[in-house]
Amino acid sequence: MPISFAAQLNSVLAALILLTAFGLLAQRRIYGLLHLFAWQGLFLSISTAVVGYAAGQHHLYISSILTLALKVIVLPYILHVLIIRLKIQKEVETLVNIPATMLMGIALVIFSYHLTSPIRELSTLVTRSTIAVALATVMLGLLMMITRKHAVTQIIGFLAMENGLFFAATSATYGMPLVVELGVALDILIAAFIFGIFFFHIRTTFDSLDVEQMARLKEED
Amino acid sequence: MSEILSYLLEGLQILLLLSAAPVFTGWVRTVRCWAQGRTTAGIFQPYRDLMKLFHKDIVLAENASWIFRFTPYLVFGAAVLAGAIIPILSVDLPLSTTADVIALVALFAMSRFFTALAGMDIGTAFGGMGSSREMTIASLAEPAMLMAVFTVSLASKSTSLSQMVQVIGHGQLILRPSLAFALLAFVLITLAETGRVPVDNPVTHLELTMIHEGMVLEYSGRHLALIEWAGMMKLFLFAVLGIASFFPWGIAEAGNLIALPLALLLLIAKLALAGAGLVLIETGLAKMRLFRVPEFLGSAFLFATLGMLSYFMLE
Repeated sequence: MPISFAAQLNSVLAALILLTAFGLLAQRRIYGLLHLFAWQGLFLSISTAVVGYAAGQHHLYISSILTLALKVIVLPYILHVLIIRLKIQKEVETLVNIPATMLMGIALVIFSYHLTSPIRELSTLVTRSTIAVALATVMLGLLMMITRKHAVTQIIGFLAMENGLFFAATSATYGMPLVVELGVALDILIAAFIFGIFFFHIRTTFDSLDVEQMARLKEED
Repeated sequence: MSEILSYLLEGLQILLLLSAAPVFTGWVRTVRCWAQGRTTAGIFQPYRDLMKLFHKDIVLAENASWIFRFTPYLVFGAAVLAGAIIPILSVDLPLSTTADVIALVALFAMSRFFTALAGMDIGTAFGGMGSSREMTIASLAEPAMLMAVFTVSLASKSTSLSQMVQVIGHGQLILRPSLAFALLAFVLITLAETGRVPVDNPVTHLELTMIHEGMVLEYSGRHLALIEWAGMMKLFLFAVLGIASFFPWGIAEAGNLIALPLALLLLIAKLALAGAGLVLIETGLAKMRLFRVPEFLGSAFLFATLGMLSYFMLE
């Protein structure tokens, strides 16, 4: 596999990651969200392996496998179990309607392209063109966290943001040191468990996972 | 000599369009029947339908104006003209240099505009409703369509379809995410523009759901035959436009007559695949609510825009 083909393949995977990020914004069903999140993790994992091959950085293979295990299998499974336990298979409720969110998303992509253009000029890595996509994925995850009402969808947005950060690390500097990546992976796993516990607490307190209800957490005068 | 040849090719292509469009529609219906386990009427059934309609008398409403009588001919003519612009068999087309892809979109828009006017002309409720729905969809589909073809134009540095076919068909084969996005957008737009299942259903006359059928409900006889034929040509044209912009391999170059039979064979194979793909989409999806259609076309616009952005970002 020549390097130029690896770079093209990486661009295609970057495009797919961006597509899944938009898919997460557009998806109305919570299971659909989980599937899209798992797909995003899969593309991220393949992309990491491709970058590892193109750059000759073999520790990226390990983080690719780690991504595959954690973000494609373990995290979606944990969220799946949570959704079943919490009985929230309903449609996702949004604060802003979906086409408007999409337009905002396009604006964010253009913004991140503009923001990363100086880095792209300076960088000499094979993956320099995908930095904009990585930043856009982070922004789209953030947008998802802002525009969704329910705690579970917000968490998926948060995890998508983390995917974006991971992708940014691989495309800007060929990945973080392995120790850091292991630490982050562990953090994410622990976070997923803590989120689960929190969901149960939120639900037992408010009878709903709608985080707007938390506005009631005020001291009575 | 070569000029005469290119005019001959143009004529050949128009003949091919006129004769192959009903067969393509018949093929789509046949595959659909197979997919749903029904017996088929054969791929030549649309010919018989057209023949029957041409032999029938026209029933014209008393208050029909010239627009109503003129529209079938205009729609038919616009479809034939569009077929003369798109490289179906060969890129050597005299008309292709005078009209580019923007003119093509404008041609489709013009025939739609007149169909909508004709729908309202008689003054029936269904016609007006169909026209209003059609224009709602058109206003969303057209920008997405333009964005999708502009992405291909960016990749080939030209808006002329012949040029696009040459650049993409003979360039180095590289993975282009921008073209993949544009193709996805184009497929969604094709479904909306040709009135296929998730947006409109071409086989139903149920008053609550029909869009295109609502507009042409008052037509009969020769007029209806022309409109139906133009509709078949539109489906065929979108299929060959997709082939020309995204899978142009095999379309003959200028002055290369030997490549023509091969081009024809490849075209038949590609069209057969395209028809089967269309049926796959149609049988796999249910018709969506009218108020979901803007979202559907919004995602088409999103894909087209992402295609254009990823051309700048990733290529």
